[in-house]
Amino acid sequence: MKLSAKTATLLVLALLVAVTPFFFPSGYYYRVGALIFVNGIAVTGIVILTGYAGQISLGHAGFAGIGAYACALAPVHLGLHPALAVVLGAAISAAMAWLVGRPILRLKGYYLGVATLGFGILVSMVLNNERELTRGPDGIDVPELGLRTVLKDWGLELTNGQFWYFFCGLFLILGAWLALNLYDSPTGRALRALHGSEIAARTVGVDVARMKLQAFVISAVYASVSGSLLALQNKFITPDVAGFMHSIEMVTMAVLGGVGSILGAILGAGILTLLPQVLTVFAEYEQLVLGLVMMLVMIFLREGLLPSILRRLRGTGE
Amino acid sequence: MTRDSNQALLSVEGLGISFGGLKAVHDVSFTVQPGEIVSVIGPNGAGKTTLFNMISGIYLPDLGKVKLAGEDVTGMEPHLLAQRGMSRTFQNLQIFQSMTVLENAVTGYHLQERGPVLADLLGLPSSRRRARASDEGARKLLARVGLERAAEREAGNLSYGSLKRLEIARALALNPKILLLDEPAAGCNAVETEEIDLLIAEVAASGVAILLVEHDMKMVMRISSHIVVLDHGEKIAEGEPATVSQNPAVIAAYLGTEAEDAHG
Amino acid sequence: MSELLQFLFSGVTVGAVYALVALGFTIIYNASDVVNFAQGEFVMLGGMITWFAHAAGLPLPLAALIAIAATAALGVAMNKLAIEPARGAPVVSLIIITIGASIFIQGAAQLVFDKQIHSFPAFSGDDPIRIGGATILPQSLWVIGGALATFVGLWVFFTRTLLGRAVLATSNNRLAAQLVGINTNFVMTLSFALSAGIGALAGVLATPITLTSYGVGIGFALKGFAGAMLGGMGNPKGALVGGFAIGLIEAMTAGYLSSQYKDAAAFIMILLVLFFMPQGLFGRKSTDRV
Repeated sequence: MKLSAKTATLLVLALLVAVTPFFFPSGYYYRVGALIFVNGIAVTGIVILTGYAGQISLGHAGFAGIGAYACALAPVHLGLHPALAVVLGAAISAAMAWLVGRPILRLKGYYLGVATLGFGILVSMVLNNERELTRGPDGIDVPELGLRTVLKDWGLELTNGQFWYFFCGLFLILGAWLALNLYDSPTGRALRALHGSEIAARTVGVDVARMKLQAFVISAVYASVSGSLLALQNKFITPDVAGFMHSIEMVTMAVLGGVGSILGAILGAGILTLLPQVLTVFAEYEQLVLGLVMMLVMIFLREGLLPSILRRLRGTGE
Repeated sequence: MTRDSNQALLSVEGLGISFGGLKAVHDVSFTVQPGEIVSVIGPNGAGKTTLFNMISGIYLPDLGKVKLAGEDVTGMEPHLLAQRGMSRTFQNLQIFQSMTVLENAVTGYHLQERGPVLADLLGLPSSRRRARASDEGARKLLARVGLERAAEREAGNLSYGSLKRLEIARALALNPKILLLDEPAAGCNAVETEEIDLLIAEVAASGVAILLVEHDMKMVMRISSHIVVLDHGEKIAEGEPATVSQNPAVIAAYLGTEAEDAHG
Repeated sequence: MSELLQFLFSGVTVGAVYALVALGFTIIYNASDVVNFAQGEFVMLGGMITWFAHAAGLPLPLAALIAIAATAALGVAMNKLAIEPARGAPVVSLIIITIGASIFIQGAAQLVFDKQIHSFPAFSGDDPIRIGGATILPQSLWVIGGALATFVGLWVFFTRTLLGRAVLATSNNRLAAQLVGINTNFVMTLSFALSAGIGALAGVLATPITLTSYGVGIGFALKGFAGAMLGGMGNPKGALVGGFAIGLIEAMTAGYLSSQYKDAAAFIMILLVLFFMPQGLFGRKSTDRV
C-alpha cells in the first residue's frame, strides 16, 4: 500500500508527537518539544508563503508579536478569555497582513524581503516603545490559559510541560493538515504556478496579486497562532518575539530543512530550536555556529536538509 | 473576402509602443475572424513578440486598441483576458519547471477549478471534486498532444519539443476562443515541427481561432488563411498567402530567401 | 534656527556613515547582483579592530590601516567562501547566506574581542566647533570629509582608470566583459575588497562619535540599505544622496518628532520608496522581457 505524501507526513508527525515522550530523560524535554512544535507552526506558514508561492518575508515575526501581545493584553484590557485572545490576535494579524500585503507584494526578491523586514521591525519598535501598554523591552506577563485545569476536572491530569507539549503538538498537526490540503488544491496549484512563472500563471487566469495576498494572510495567521502559543505557555513575553532575529530564525528554519516540504521545514525548526539547547555549554559559540550552519547548508544543500537526505536515500533514481 | 472588424474575434487597431525612445511597434492594425488562422511574420526584430505581448496584456501599449469579441481589452491584465477566452504560448517557454507534466496541464484549468480558499484549506469534498475534474480534463488534453505517458514526470526533464506541446495543452485547457502561438516550432527538429504542425491544424479544425508568429514559412504558407507582415515594427503587407509571398516589399524585407522557399 | 542647524549637523554626520555603507552595498550589488546583509559588520570590524590594535599599543593611524586592510581581506574571503560557491542560487538562499555571514562575524567578534562597548580617541580632539549657534565635533568633519573624499576617489577610479572601467563593464554585463578579456574573478575580488574596506573606513571614522561593539552592524546595514534603495539600488550617486537623506530624515525625526522612533524613520522611508518609487531617485525602471 503506497501512502500519499500527505498521509505519510501526518503519520510521521503524529508518531513524533505521540512516541517521543517515551524517550524523554526528564520532564524538561516536554518544554523543548513544545517549543519545537510552536516554531514548527510558524514555519509551516512560511512553507505556504515561500515554499508554495515563492514569496520572501523577513518580517513575519511581526505577526508572531501581534499574536503574542494579543494574549498578553486582550484579557487584561478587553476582558477576553485568553483562548479568544488567540483568535483576536489571528484576526488582527490577518487584517494587517491584508492591508500591508497589498502594496508590499507587488515587489519581488530583495525588495520584497526588505519591505517585509521593515514591517517586522516597525511592529517590534512599537512593542518596545509603547511602554505604558506593553511594559517595553522588559516584557509583560501573560494570563493563564486555564485549559489544563479544565482537563484536570474532567479527569485528565497532565503536568504543565505535558499539557503544552501535546496541545502545541495538536496545533502543529492541524496546521500541517491544512497546509497539506492546500498543496494539491486549486488554490495550492495556483500558488505553485505563480511561483514557477508569474507570467504564465497570469496567462492561465491566475489573479496573481490576489493569490499572493491569500498566501501572505494565511501564513500571517500561522505566525500569529505560533506567537500566541508561545506567550501562553511561557506566561510571559518580550518584544523580541517580533524582532528581526526571530523573523530570520523562522525563515532559516524553513529553508534549512527544506522550504518546499512541511516535514523538512519542521525538521529545520527542530534542529535550530535544539541548537541553543545543545550549545548551552558553549553559549558563547552559539552565534558563530548558527551563522556557520546557515551558510554551509545554503551553499552545499540548497534545497534544504530533508530533500537532500531523501535524495541520497533514494539513490540517483528519477 | 471582406475582413469586417465588427465581426472580428480579435481586432488590433493602431497598436504602438516605444521602449526608451525606440518605436518597437508602430501603428499596426489587423483582425482575426472567428475560427481562422492568422500568421504574423517578419524578419527578426520586427516586433512580432512585442505585438503579441501587447495583445495578451503583458505590455501596456502606448497607442491603439485591442478588441476581443467587440470589447475593448486594451491593456487588460492577462488573467482577465484568460477569462474572456484568450490564451497563449511563449517563445522561450514559460513552463512550471518543478511541477509534473500533469500539474502543468492542470494549471490551465485554474479558472474552472478555483473556489473558496477555506474549502481548499479544509480539504472539503467540493474542493477535491474540483481538483479531480481538472486532473481528468488535463489527462485528456495530454493524450491529445501525445504526452499522456509523461504525465507524472517532472516537467523540467522533458525534451524541448515536448515542452512546446505541453504549453499548447495548457493553453487549450482554457477552452479559448483564440489561441496565440508564439513561435511554436522554434528550436524544434523536423520531427517535432511536424508534430506541432499537425496539432495546430487539429486545434484550428476544432474551431479555435489562431494567431501565429512563426518563422517556418512552409508551415505559415500552408495553414494560414491570412498573413500579416511586419518589418521594423510596422505592417508592410497583409493578405492571403499567395498574395503576400509575391509582394515585393515582403520579399525585400526578407532579402528574398524565405519567400522563395515558400513556393517550393 | 540654531536648533535646526544642530539637527542638520548631526544628520549630515550620521548620513555620511550611511552613505558609505550604501556605497558598499552598491559596489557588491553591481558586481554580483547580491545584496550583502553583512555589510554592516564591516563597519563594526573597522571600529573594533582599530580599538583592539590601538589598545594593544599601536599608534592610531596604523591601527586604523590594519583594521581597513584586515576587513578588506575578510570581504574577499567572504566572497570566495560564501558567495561564489552559491552563484545562481535563489534569492532566499543568498539572503540566508549573507545574513548567516553577518551572524557568524558577530559571533566571532564576541569571541575574539568581547561584548563590551569600545571607542578610541577622536583624530583631532574633542573640542566642539561653534557654527551659527550650533556645535559640531571635529570628528564629524572627519566623517563627512572622509565620506566625500571616498566618493570622489571612487568616481575618479571608476571613470578615469582602466581597472575601474573594467569593474563597471563587469557589473554591466559579466559575460561580455569576460569575452573582451576582463578577468571577472579579479573584478569580483576587488569589488568585495573595496566594499569591505569602505565599510571599515566608515567604522573607523565614526567610532569616536558613535562608539562600537559587536552588535552595531545590523543597524548600520539596515540604514545604509535604506539609503541605497532610496537613491536607486546600484547607483553610486544614489548611494551618496540616499545615505545623506536617510541621515537627515533620521535626525529631523529625532529632533522634531520622537527620539524613540528615530530608527523607524529609515524603515518607513524604505517602505515608502518601495511602494511609490521602487527604482529609487536615480534608478532605472526595468521591464520584464518575455
